[in-house]
Amino acid sequence: MALNSVWVVVDRSGDKVASVAFELLTKAHEIAGSVEAVTWGDASGIADRVGAHGASAIHTVGDLGGGLPGPAVAAAMAARIAAGSAPDAIFLAQSYDGRDIAGRLSARIDRPVLTNVVNLSDDGLATEHAIFGGTEILNARFTGSGPAIYVIRAKSFAPEESGGGAAVVDTWEVPDLGAAGAARVVSSHAEETEGPKLDEAAVVVSGGRGLGDADSYKLIVDLAKLLKGAPGASRAIVDAGWVPYSHQVGQTGKTVKPTVYIACGISGATQHMVGMKSAKNIIAVNKDQEAPIFSISDLGIVGDVKKVLPQLIEALQKRG
Amino acid sequence: MDFMNVVVCVKQIPDGDQSTYKLDPTSHNLVRDGKLILDDSDSYGVEMGLQLAEQAGGGEVTLVSMAPNSETSGLRTALAMGAARAILVSDAALAGSDALSTAKVLAAAIKRAGPDLVITATESSDGYTGTIPVQIAELLGMPSVTFSKKVTVNGDKVTVERQTEEGYDEVEVPLPAVISVTAGVVEPRYPSFKGIMAAKGKPVEELKVADLGLDAASVGAAGAGQEITSVVPAEARKAGEIVVDEGDAYQQIINYLEQLKVI
Ligand SMILES: Cc1cc2nc3c(=O)[nH]c(=O)nc-3n(C[C@H](O)[C@H](O)[C@H](O)COP(=O)(O)OP(=O)(O)OC[C@H]3O[C@@H](n4cnc5c(N)ncnc54)[C@H](O)[C@@H]3O)c2cc1C
Ligand SMILES: Nc1ncnc2c1ncn2[C@@H]1O[C@H](COP(=O)(O)O)[C@@H](O)[C@H]1O
Repeated sequence: MALNSVWVVVDRSGDKVASVAFELLTKAHEIAGSVEAVTWGDASGIADRVGAHGASAIHTVGDLGGGLPGPAVAAAMAARIAAGSAPDAIFLAQSYDGRDIAGRLSARIDRPVLTNVVNLSDDGLATEHAIFGGTEILNARFTGSGPAIYVIRAKSFAPEESGGGAAVVDTWEVPDLGAAGAARVVSSHAEETEGPKLDEAAVVVSGGRGLGDADSYKLIVDLAKLLKGAPGASRAIVDAGWVPYSHQVGQTGKTVKPTVYIACGISGATQHMVGMKSAKNIIAVNKDQEAPIFSISDLGIVGDVKKVLPQLIEALQKRG
Repeated sequence: MDFMNVVVCVKQIPDGDQSTYKLDPTSHNLVRDGKLILDDSDSYGVEMGLQLAEQAGGGEVTLVSMAPNSETSGLRTALAMGAARAILVSDAALAGSDALSTAKVLAAAIKRAGPDLVITATESSDGYTGTIPVQIAELLGMPSVTFSKKVTVNGDKVTVERQTEEGYDEVEVPLPAVISVTAGVVEPRYPSFKGIMAAKGKPVEELKVADLGLDAASVGAAGAGQEITSVVPAEARKAGEIVVDEGDAYQQIINYLEQLKVI
């Protein structure tokens, strides 16, 4: 048996469709007979792109009225499943809302979830998970019957258009959510960013605790700018409040796959590596020759970031 | 609210990290036989719970944990920080539980404590599925806010700053509710000597699956709806050139970037 029908939850952040949604649609189209998208908000503006990536239909639960997507989307899907139109599998992104929807749906339909998926077998029935910083691959699968819920990490598959026409839009009713739906978003705050997005940039320059203090993060920002890249960070300095969370690379942060990743003052914890290990080229600057990051670096500089980075920045500025 | 009853879920995990964890060669499950410690990720939840109870004008923190072998060392750490009591679910029938079964057990245990607020971490250090908090919320019929980086109590609701791709959303949620907090939200206190001594006398209620009214066949390896089939080494990335900086290593980086045509 392979997968006949798959639902792909199309993650949106604000009005934008998250790029991971197209990755999941592409994979679903590749391995399943029928692909339908599920989302929230107005879907008419995205039906063509979702269709081009392989979905024949896009179902929306409509305006959330300030509520969070988790309870509403999960309840609408569960209602469809209860009514007898269960898919073989449901693909969700390993994102804030993706995990919320998957968790709620799992409890509702009494099916477990496989999270942190990085690859699927050709028949779509077995999963791969990168563990221990990506040094080992764990293979898993569902037992029992009912839809398989897969929460998949970004950048696991390449998005590709398959030439389908616009997906047919319709609305899925949301059953009464009761108290479970009571959370309300009162306001949204976006951080100001310039330059390419972290998960799309060809060059990523990341800083870690080895920078010593918050002010030294400027070295990372300056270097990223000179290389037309995006600045990233380890969780250590996000937790310390030096940089906003949106800069975090790793297990709980963004997955990046740039042409070059430059890790500065980052030790190379497993949870960091799992987010950047697939970069085509890795450069690391660390004063400790034993730092694990060197084990995956193409070019490792054993040195002080506070010396090497200013010299590098100055030399690049001179080149103009 | 003048007395806030906070439940904090705390996972007790093997000491060490992903580089020292061991998988059982046949089940491929993480070996959790030795002494367990409080998951560092949960120390933020404990601290947050203690602070919010205080902010609410009074309250208590009850810990809830599911762990093998009646393990309490991690719980004692959290009790020493200031939690009032703990509920521990420990039962051989729970070995091999998946995240959903774990959530069922935790939800049943939490219910007994009648919480106004349930706090978890966003993800555990050893399992990191990150779905248990929402699964618990759904099972309890409560609203949830995940990825909370700031939480304030406002009468009978809490206001949360929830991380988003772009920044954060301010979310209001009426109590009772489940929130998952990120690392770094608050600075976990170190248990004082007095706290450590006091923790020894604090009540830890130990429960079995049957005490929770759950069917043993629905949890543990028997109830798990997923299995690990194998664990294989990933394609290794070879370490490249290592250069010790003598004052001109920056030039090596430039050469490398030129070679890649990045500059
Ligand atoms: C559940 C969970 C999820 C996590 N998710 C993530 C995640 O998504 N992303 C993430 O990054 N981490 C994550 N972590 C945290 C991770 O385990 C590490 O704690 C973190 O990555 C360490 O950050 P760091 O490398 O900046 O700091 P450290 O490990 O402290 O390393 C600092 C490095 O800087 C070097 N150094 C010091 N001074 C200098 C100098 N002057 N010049 C050059 N080098 C110097 C040191 O030799 C050291 O190697 C997670 C942890 C858990 C438990
Ligand atoms: N066995 C457990 N006992 C108590 N709390 C747990 C347990 N497992 C998970 N949790 C809580 O749920 C959070 C998310 O766990 P996970 O879904 O494994 O990433 C953890 O950080 C804990 O706060």
